[in-house]
Amino acid sequence: MLLRGLVNSLIIAAGAFGIGLLIGIAGAFGKLYGGPVTRDLLEVYTTLVRAVPELVLILLLYYAGTDLINRLMDMLGYPPVDISGLAAGIGVLAIVQGAYSTEVLRGAILAIPQGQIEAGRAYGMSPWTLMRRITLPAMVPFAIPGLANLWLIATKDTALLAIVGFSELTQATRQAAGATKAYFTFFLAAGGIYLVVTLLSQVILARAERRTRRGMPSFAGSGR
Amino acid sequence: MSALVVNVTTRQRVLGWLQPHRIVLIAIALAIVVCAAVFMRWDWIPNYAWLAVQGIWRTIWLLVVSVVLGFMLAVPLGLVQVTGPIWLAVPARTFCTIIRGTPLLLQLWLLYFGLGALFPQFPWIRESFLWPYLRQAWPYGVLALTLSYAGYEGEVMRGAFAGVPRGQLEAARAFGMSRWKILRRVWLPQATYRALPTLAGETVLQLKATPLVATITMVDIFSVSSRVRQETFIVYEPLLLLALVYMTITAILVFLFRKLEARIPARPG
Repeated sequence: MLLRGLVNSLIIAAGAFGIGLLIGIAGAFGKLYGGPVTRDLLEVYTTLVRAVPELVLILLLYYAGTDLINRLMDMLGYPPVDISGLAAGIGVLAIVQGAYSTEVLRGAILAIPQGQIEAGRAYGMSPWTLMRRITLPAMVPFAIPGLANLWLIATKDTALLAIVGFSELTQATRQAAGATKAYFTFFLAAGGIYLVVTLLSQVILARAERRTRRGMPSFAGSGR
Repeated sequence: MSALVVNVTTRQRVLGWLQPHRIVLIAIALAIVVCAAVFMRWDWIPNYAWLAVQGIWRTIWLLVVSVVLGFMLAVPLGLVQVTGPIWLAVPARTFCTIIRGTPLLLQLWLLYFGLGALFPQFPWIRESFLWPYLRQAWPYGVLALTLSYAGYEGEVMRGAFAGVPRGQLEAARAFGMSRWKILRRVWLPQATYRALPTLAGETVLQLKATPLVATITMVDIFSVSSRVRQETFIVYEPLLLLALVYMTITAILVFLFRKLEARIPARPG
């Protein structure tokens, strides 16, 4: 039961992180190269999401999101769909993660030596090619420390979905503990599982960072 | 004369910020707010206003207490990791890793449900003077939030202590200061200055962690909004108002920390 919860947690974390990364890439490019309206709207998005507690956002988006989609389906003449907790969880956390990764990636793009981008432009690359061949690969080493933090936050934020009743690791633990009355043991075990996930991710991410930073001067990054 | 110059620059700054598209965006935002005020249901507010004020007070109280206590724990945690003997540094590092590696919700539930289920099994705890407190929820909430803040801040303070230039400490030692005095007059103030921007961000994160205590039956502003939702079946309005309350508190926190940072005799280098 705990293992099923763990699998659910990891699926949500991975999905939210992935979609959040896509939002982040779009957001970062919009913030740097978009028109004034795009820029302001993105600023509003990142500020709002980062100022309101994740828990409130999850409740708001969870209720409002499912409600809106059902109304939309209703308007288009389809029967209301039942949105699975998994999809809703991924969607909600992806919107939260997207705001944070927008900021991380914006910083990373700004950290690329601008000559590289100008050189690409001088070769006559289209903006799309420029992004695919130069900007994205060149920003990876700068983005990895921030993205590593985001991944760790994503794994821990899945615990918040327990509040809307989704059966991820924390909620599964609580049910198991409630059934057996062995609260302390089960919560300690779940804590151990989370810790193992975190430590394993840290080892893998550190290796990835070392790999992408080959031949670059070193610096230390830290944070939440 | 200088006042005039200041006036001109602030006016220019305001005008530079207030471009045409921003005026349109602000108009749209105002229209949305007006629509929300007119078309949504706000008639429940008077019934719950007093409860909401108590909830906001509880949230702020929880934030302040856990941040102050957490910081007091974080200073020794960071210090022993930088300079302490290994039998203190290793437990401190382990503590920070465990706190940072597990979700706060799980820590909270471990303390409340786990310890709460464990304590009544020991008669001497039930007979002690602490028992009336241990049966309530708030000590567990404060403890969990304090430990969490201490864990994250211990790591921040470790970096801050290590970042103070060696020459400063050597100069203090050359003045003949005792180790305690060096810490009090030179090392701690400089480390705190360095950590202040990070601490501001962490405190906002701590504010965003406080609604979790609603899950262990503490009545903060978040649980007031849940109660409105359950009793009146109004879903969006309380949540939107709740988001607004948190944004306001965040703005006040950011403003206070900016004031605090401005007081520091800053000379980056």
